[in-house]
Amino acid sequence: MTALPSSFDVTLALDIVLLVMLLVVAGAVARTRSLLAAIIMFSVYSLISAVWLVVMDAPDVAFTEAVVGAGVSTIILLGAILLTRGEAERPDWRRLIAPALACIAVGGLLVFAAIGLPGLGDAASPANAYVGRAYLEATPKDIGMPNVVTAVLSSYRSFDTLGETTVIFAAGVGVALMLGFGPRASLAPPSAVIGDHHVVPRVAAKLLIPLVALFAFYVQFHGDLGAGGGFQAGVIMAAAIILHALVFGLRETMAAIPPRVARSLASLGVLLYAGIGVICMMNGGGFLDYDYLFPPSVEQQIPGWLLGDSEHAHHWGQHFGIMLIELGVLLTVSATMVTIFYGFGGRTVEAARQEAKQ
Amino acid sequence: MSFFLSHFNYIAVAILMMAGLFVLFSSGNLIKRMIGLAIFQTSTGLFYISLAKVFGGTAAIAVEPGSSEARELASRLDPAYVAQYGVDGVVYSNPLPHVLILTAIVVGVATLAVGLAIAVRVREAFGSVEADEIDVLSRVEATQPGPQA
Amino acid sequence: MIAFETLHAAPPALTAHAPLLMVVAPLIAACAAALAPSARVSWMISVTGSVFAAWMALAVAGEVARRGVVDYVIGGFAPPLGIALHIDGLGVMVALLVSSAGVMASLYSGHSLTTEVGAEKHTLVQSGFLLCQTGLLGLVATGDAFNAFVFLEVSSIGTYALVAIGEKRDRRALPAAFNYLIMGTIGATFYVIGIGFLYAATGTLNMADMAARLATLDDSSVVQAGFAFVVVGLGIKAAMFPLHGWLPGAYSYAPSLISIFLAATATKTSIYLMARFVFDVFPYGAAFGQAFVTWVLAPLAATGAIVCSLQAVFEKEIRRILAFSSVAQVGFILLGLSLATVGGASAGLFYLGAHALIKITLFMALGGVALSLGARRLGEFAGVAREAPWSATAFAIGAASLAGVPLTLGFLAKWRLIEAALQAGAIWVVVVLAIASLLTFLYVGRMLEAIFFRAAPAGAPRAREAPVGVLAPLWVLAGLNIWFGLDASLPEQLANSAARALLGAAP
Repeated sequence: MTALPSSFDVTLALDIVLLVMLLVVAGAVARTRSLLAAIIMFSVYSLISAVWLVVMDAPDVAFTEAVVGAGVSTIILLGAILLTRGEAERPDWRRLIAPALACIAVGGLLVFAAIGLPGLGDAASPANAYVGRAYLEATPKDIGMPNVVTAVLSSYRSFDTLGETTVIFAAGVGVALMLGFGPRASLAPPSAVIGDHHVVPRVAAKLLIPLVALFAFYVQFHGDLGAGGGFQAGVIMAAAIILHALVFGLRETMAAIPPRVARSLASLGVLLYAGIGVICMMNGGGFLDYDYLFPPSVEQQIPGWLLGDSEHAHHWGQHFGIMLIELGVLLTVSATMVTIFYGFGGRTVEAARQEAKQ
Repeated sequence: MSFFLSHFNYIAVAILMMAGLFVLFSSGNLIKRMIGLAIFQTSTGLFYISLAKVFGGTAAIAVEPGSSEARELASRLDPAYVAQYGVDGVVYSNPLPHVLILTAIVVGVATLAVGLAIAVRVREAFGSVEADEIDVLSRVEATQPGPQA
Repeated sequence: MIAFETLHAAPPALTAHAPLLMVVAPLIAACAAALAPSARVSWMISVTGSVFAAWMALAVAGEVARRGVVDYVIGGFAPPLGIALHIDGLGVMVALLVSSAGVMASLYSGHSLTTEVGAEKHTLVQSGFLLCQTGLLGLVATGDAFNAFVFLEVSSIGTYALVAIGEKRDRRALPAAFNYLIMGTIGATFYVIGIGFLYAATGTLNMADMAARLATLDDSSVVQAGFAFVVVGLGIKAAMFPLHGWLPGAYSYAPSLISIFLAATATKTSIYLMARFVFDVFPYGAAFGQAFVTWVLAPLAATGAIVCSLQAVFEKEIRRILAFSSVAQVGFILLGLSLATVGGASAGLFYLGAHALIKITLFMALGGVALSLGARRLGEFAGVAREAPWSATAFAIGAASLAGVPLTLGFLAKWRLIEAALQAGAIWVVVVLAIASLLTFLYVGRMLEAIFFRAAPAGAPRAREAPVGVLAPLWVLAGLNIWFGLDASLPEQLANSAARALLGAAP
C-alpha cells in the first residue's frame, strides 16, 4: 500500500509556498551588499523556516528556530556589525566562478541523491518506520510523558543533549576568551538615548521583565506536555536579562549578575547535568539511567498507589531526572547567552567610546 | 502524486543549502560569510525535517487514545492507513529527526557566536573584516620578527 | 606482549563504567576548571582530569584485551533506541593516544600559558582545553553516528577560540582561527548531511545497526551520496589533501599548548572516524567503496604526501614547516589504510601513532624554546642549540624520528609501511613513500642546520633553556621515540589489534 498523499492537500500547498519564499529570501541575502539588510533577511529566513517547521509537525524545532534564529542569532549579528562595518565589498565577478562551480557540484550530488529518496510523507520509509516509530510506541511505557520529542531528547538520547549543553558552554568559554576581557571603563547606562524623561520604557520594562521570566518557567515546565523545554526557556530567560541591560544599562545588569557569576552558572548547569548521570551510576544503573535516580531505599518509601498500576506505571525517576537535567540545560543556556551578550555588549560600548574620541 | 511534488522538498532544500554555501564561498566579508554558514546549517535542518514528515501525521505529542481529538484526527484518514501506520489510532510524524535538529540548531548558534566573536577581534587587530585586506596585512606580518618575551 | 588486562589496577566498580568515565571525567574537570579561583588551581584540575581520563582509557584497554569489544549502554536504553559507547581494538588505540597526549599537554601547560596568555584567561583556557579532550574522547568512544557529530563539535567549538587567543603573540592567529572555524563547520555540516542520507536509507543512527542494514540494501544513490558527504566532511576535519587549507594557520599561530595537543590528536580522531565508516559501516567490498579507496583516497593521499612535503621544504616559518609536514604525514597514514589489507591498515595505524608522538615532541620542544625567544622564522632560531641544548637535543631526536633515521620510532613506522606496500604488491606506493621521505630529509635538515650549525647573529635575542616543568614531559616523549625505535612491541601490539578490529579479521 502506498503511503503517499493521494491529492494536493493544504499541507503540501503550504509547504511549497513557504519553501519558495525561503528560496526568494536566500537569493536576496546572496545579492545584497548591505550587511544590515542581510541580517534582517536572515532573521526573516528563520521566521519563515519556523512557520514551515510547524507545517511539518515539528513545533519543538519551530519554537527553537524562532527563538534562536530570529532572536539570538539576530542580536549577535547586529552586535557584530556595530563593531565592524556595515557594508560588504562586492567581489569581482571572476572571483565568483569557482564558488559557483563548487556549489553546483555539491548541489548536483544532493539532487542526484534526493531522487533516490522516498517521497515526502512516506510513512513506510525506513526513516519513519524503524527507530522513529519505535520511540512513539515505547515512550508511554518507558517514560510516561506525552511529548515524545522531549522524551527522546532528554532520556533516550540524553547523552546527545549533554553534548549539546556542553557545546553551548564551550561557546560561552570561547566568546568570553575573545571578548570578555580587556578595558571596560564606560559601562554607563545609555542615558543619551533613554533619558530620565523617558519613563515609559523603564516602567514598561519593569513590568515586562518578571512576565518574561515567568513565561520562561512556563516553557521550562511545560516541556513534557507540549512544545518547550530547557533550551527554549533558557533563551527566553536570557532575553529578560538582556532587556534589563538594554533599558537600564549594561553596568546595572553587570552589577546584578557579574560576568564571572554568569560563567560559573553556565558551568554549574553542565555539572548538574553530568552529576545526575553520575548519581544514577552510583545507584547501580548506567550513566543517565533515571530509573536509578533514587536509591532503592528511597524507592521503597514511595507508596504503592503513587507508582500506579503496571499498565500505567508512574515513572518517578524518569520525571525527576528529566526535570533536573532540563534545569541544568536552562542554567547553562541562559547563563551562556548572558555571557555572550556581555561579550558583544561590553565591546560595543567600548568601540562607541573609541569612535567618539577620534 | 507526481514525482516532482513528492520530491520538491529535497530539491528546494538542496538549492537553499547551496545558496548558503555560495554566500559563504563568494563573500570576502567575514560577517557575511557567517550569515552564509548559518543559512547552510539551517537548511540542513530542513532536510532532516522533510525526511520526518508522515502524510496525515500530527506532531509527536501523544494524544490520549480514544479521546475525541484522537477520533477527530483519525476520521480524516483512511482507516486501513491509520491501522497500519498509526500508534494507538493516531498517525504521528517521526520525532527522531526533530530531536537531532534541535541539537543541530543549538550547535549552529554556538558556532555563530564564536565565529562572530573572532570576527570582531579580527576587526580590532587588523582594522578590517574583508578577507583580501587581512591577507595583505598578514603577508606583511610574516616578514616581521616575533615578539620578545 | 603487554598484559593490559591487569595493567590499570582499577577497582571493578570503576572498570565497569570506564568507557564512560573516560569521556565524562574531562568534562567534569572542564566545569571545575572554569570555576577555579586561580590559574594554579585550574592547572591542577586540568592535570587531574587528564590523568584520570588516561587511567580510565587504560582500564578500557584491559577490558578490550579481555573481551574484544566493550559496549556501554547509556540511559538504560539499548541501541538503536538509546546511545551506546562501542570501543574495539582500534578505539582503544586512539583513546590511549588522545588521553596520553592530553596528560603530556596538560603537564606542559603549567609553564607555557604564563607567557603566552594573559593570566586572567588561564582558567577558561584550561576549561576549553579539557572540553576539547572530552570531545575527542567522546568521538572515539561513541557508537552512534549522530552522537559522533555532537562530540566533533564539542571538541571544535572551544578550540576555535583557543587557536584565536594566539593573537597575543601573533595576530595572524585570528584570521587563521576564523578560517579554521569556517572549514571545520563546513566539514561537520557535510558529515551531518551524509548521516541524514544514511538515516534515510536505514532508519537508524547506531553505527553497528547501520552497518547491518546497509549490508542488506542494494547500492543506491542515497547510500553513495551519504558516503560521499561523510568522507568529504571528515576529510576536511582530517586535513586530507586537498581539504587541508585550514591546518597550517591553525597549528602555526595557536598558543603552543593548543598546537601540541591538536597536532597529536585532532586529525587523528577524524581519520579514525573516517576509517570506521569506510571499512566498518559501509559494506566494504561494495563496488563504490572499493573504487573510492583505489581511485580517490590513495591518489589524493599520495599527492598530499608529496606536495605538502615540498611546501614544507620551501616554507620559512618553522611552525609552518611542521604544520605542512603534518598534512603530508596524513597522506602517509591514508596510504597505509588504502592498501586495505590487515598489514596495510596495521602499518597505517602504527604510523598514525608514531606521527602523533613525533609531532607532539617537536611542537613541545619548539614551544619550550619559543617561550623565551618569541621566534618564528627559521633564521631566528640560529644558534639556539648553544643556549638551550636540552630542548634542542629533544627537538633533534623528534626530527630524526620524523625523517626516519634508523633506531627511532619513525624509521620503524616507515619500514612497516614499505613492507606492507610490498606485500600488497603496490610498488607505486613504495615510490611515493621514497620521494616523500627524501623531501622530509630536506626540510628536517634545514631546521636542524639552523638550530645547531648556524651561529646566532650578533645582537640577536638570546634563547633561554626551557623550565624543568617543560623539559620533563618533553624528555619523556623524546625518550619514547628512541625506546619504541628499539622495542616497538607495545605500539605494534596496539596497531595490530586495531587493524584486525577495523578489517574484521580473526585475532
